[in-house]
Amino acid sequence: MMVPEIGHFALVLAFAIAICQSVFPLYGYFTDQRGFVATAKPLALLQGLALLVSFIVLTYGFLAHDFTVKYVADNSNLDLPWYFRMSAVWGAHEGSLLLWAMILAFWGVAVALFSQGIPQKMSSLVLAVMGMIAVGFLAFMLFTSNPFVRILPFAPPNGADLNPLLQDPGLIFHPPMLYMGYVGLSVAFAFAIASLISGELDAKWARWSRPWTTVAWAFLTLGIALGSWWAYYELGWGGWWFWDPVENASLIPWLVATALMHSLAVSEKRGLFRSWTLLLAIAGFSLSLLGTFLVRSGVLTSVHAFANDPERGVFILGFLVVVIGGSLTLYALRAGVVSKPGQFDWISRESFLLFNNLVLTVMAVSVLLGTLYPLLVDTLGGGKVSVGPPFFNAVFVPMTAILVSGMVFGPLSMWRKSDDPKLFRPLIVTLIVSVLAGIAWPVIYDGEFAIATAIGTALAAWLTIGTLIDVVRKSSIYGGFRAALGRVERGTVGMWLAHIGVAVAIFGVAVLENHTEHRDLRMGVGDTQMLGPYDVRLVDLQVVEGPNYVADRAIFEVYQGETLYKRVMPEKRRYNASGMVMTEASIDTGFTRDVYIAMGEPLGGGDWAVRLSIKPFVNWIWAGAFLMGLGGFVAITDKRYRRREVDETTTDSAKKPTAEALA
Amino acid sequence: MKRLSLWLPLAIFAILVGFFFRGLSLDPNAQPSALIGKPVPGFQLADLHTGETLTPADFPAEPFLLNVWASWCITCQVEHPYLTQIAEATMPVIGLNYKDTQSAAVNWLAKLGDPYTFHLFDPEGRMGLDLGVAGAPETFLVDGNGIIRARIQGEVNARVFDAEIRPILEEFRP
Repeated sequence: MMVPEIGHFALVLAFAIAICQSVFPLYGYFTDQRGFVATAKPLALLQGLALLVSFIVLTYGFLAHDFTVKYVADNSNLDLPWYFRMSAVWGAHEGSLLLWAMILAFWGVAVALFSQGIPQKMSSLVLAVMGMIAVGFLAFMLFTSNPFVRILPFAPPNGADLNPLLQDPGLIFHPPMLYMGYVGLSVAFAFAIASLISGELDAKWARWSRPWTTVAWAFLTLGIALGSWWAYYELGWGGWWFWDPVENASLIPWLVATALMHSLAVSEKRGLFRSWTLLLAIAGFSLSLLGTFLVRSGVLTSVHAFANDPERGVFILGFLVVVIGGSLTLYALRAGVVSKPGQFDWISRESFLLFNNLVLTVMAVSVLLGTLYPLLVDTLGGGKVSVGPPFFNAVFVPMTAILVSGMVFGPLSMWRKSDDPKLFRPLIVTLIVSVLAGIAWPVIYDGEFAIATAIGTALAAWLTIGTLIDVVRKSSIYGGFRAALGRVERGTVGMWLAHIGVAVAIFGVAVLENHTEHRDLRMGVGDTQMLGPYDVRLVDLQVVEGPNYVADRAIFEVYQGETLYKRVMPEKRRYNASGMVMTEASIDTGFTRDVYIAMGEPLGGGDWAVRLSIKPFVNWIWAGAFLMGLGGFVAITDKRYRRREVDETTTDSAKKPTAEALA
Repeated sequence: MKRLSLWLPLAIFAILVGFFFRGLSLDPNAQPSALIGKPVPGFQLADLHTGETLTPADFPAEPFLLNVWASWCITCQVEHPYLTQIAEATMPVIGLNYKDTQSAAVNWLAKLGDPYTFHLFDPEGRMGLDLGVAGAPETFLVDGNGIIRARIQGEVNARVFDAEIRPILEEFRP
């Protein structure tokens, strides 16, 4: 009976530790007492441990059906399978906050363990900043959203069940991945704040924050892709991106983090844009917090919003004001000292990266405006409206095209000044080749020209060829591709992978959006309908019972000519506890297309409305995202991030010129 | 100047906070429209399903709701079950499918159900422009003579209906 109290106690303990973690190192830093500075690492480890205990206890509550815990009673059920009981831990507001806090603590542990190369004073400041964020989140949980609240003495005999929308394998991985990304951005944020506090704004903090930013970005990429994939097969209408406020809340930090990764490169190698990079580091994490606020407070309507409560909203807003307002004030006061006028030519890698930053920032701001516009209209007395995809597509499509051209030229250009324009001649040739490929592809694929497909294909081809040219050029330095393997910087390899990933995703989107074949039909048992190269036959209708739902199941046979290609069984499920009806589409995944079959509504006389669809190249979108994420993970294995700095724990590192500054 | 620009991010953030704070305490409100008391602007639009041309003459001779919706609009999905109730029990609901594609709209209806009397298909948003629509959803209460009586921006639910539509409906409905 006492088990939930252990979790609750661990949570309170973590809160107390976080307070110490944010106060002691700062006190030590300003009074120059190494003993206090040194507390940061052990405290970070302890906080991680306490939250882990707390998390395990809540998980145990779900596994053991402890319905005296309100959160468990609200989100679980005796019939819920064990794996969904595990993922139900983060299926609603309180638990997802606990996951958030635990992941933040995990990043703190990671910083504590992997920061040997960084002066202790700096790493302690970083941990102190992360401690402050933890204080805010843990206070939020303890005071407004405690997952360990009990229903005593009359606990319900059974729980209300997890939202059926969330009873899906996608939910097991999507939130942890996404949170790893969201919260991972707090490390770059903490490094930026620590540098602003200490005034050590040389190129080194850029090198220290780079791997952390890259890995957080990679997690964020995978998290967003998983979310999109989940929406595709679980929301039951076959879309992959809805411009929903919650999706946007993850896309905005992703765009900013992408810009940050690139501008960190300039700050590290050339010491430029440092004040801008600091701002991006602050903005990236601030926007993930803002996303949390938008989702949790109920100021925007969304399919994902599972907790709407104005009191919580006020608390998060207050927290936002302290964190974002505080850091922007610090930025305004301290960032003035960093600007160092550097020089670079109009056509140089710096200018391409600056260009990339501008485009990505404009994209992020557009998504932010589009997401907030309904709120602004509401605030000004206009009621609740949504802007919808027309706006976002109008902004995103051309911006992506512009971005791609920068991605083609950027990697091939040189730092500071570009040599010969001859360097770029092959790119113009490849542009022509790509445009021809773009024109040809829709004709080959679909028999007729389609401008949108052509543009998308041309961009994807240009980016791929441009990247390959870069691969050839950089590996020719080592005398060929073979010899270059293992010798080219991992950071560069990561960039290649990620850029190819972007090309793959663009191609997928372009073909999918313009060549989806789609039919909505009335079908009864025995009916056959044509779908692209297939004949789809409804063979049988059954009623089946799942663990916690009853489903109408249709059995379709998909024929290719005379041969049976596949039997598929989409379902329409009605969940017992909540009465919610969910569409379980059947999707035959393929390299060049998905065959998507979903049941609509019963139409009487035993007939059903049925959606048949062929979604060409849809998996390329997620494959592209996967390549981007993989690129991120490859990049952080780069040797130079493991290189220890010369022992600087005792010297003032700001006075020491770095290799980059001299270069 | 340089120093001043560093404060800019903070200033932008402060403005946003102001909006957020008000946003927290807001409910969807009806906004008086210039069109109230005036007839629905003339139109010639295709029926979403059949493609037949529809004009104001096709409106029912009893009070009805004209609901502006789109398949990309999340709030429309939220209010859809309630509008279904209205259409089944209270009064006809006519759809104005706004800035949408025909296939997406038909799919949306196939998935969620179609309690509407008919839908005007307005892919370019021209009718929406005439009505002064800011976004989806919006709902107009129109009487049996085609005169707009009320306008609701945002979600229609039981609370909004009771507070903003029913009183007006009772004023002119015998």
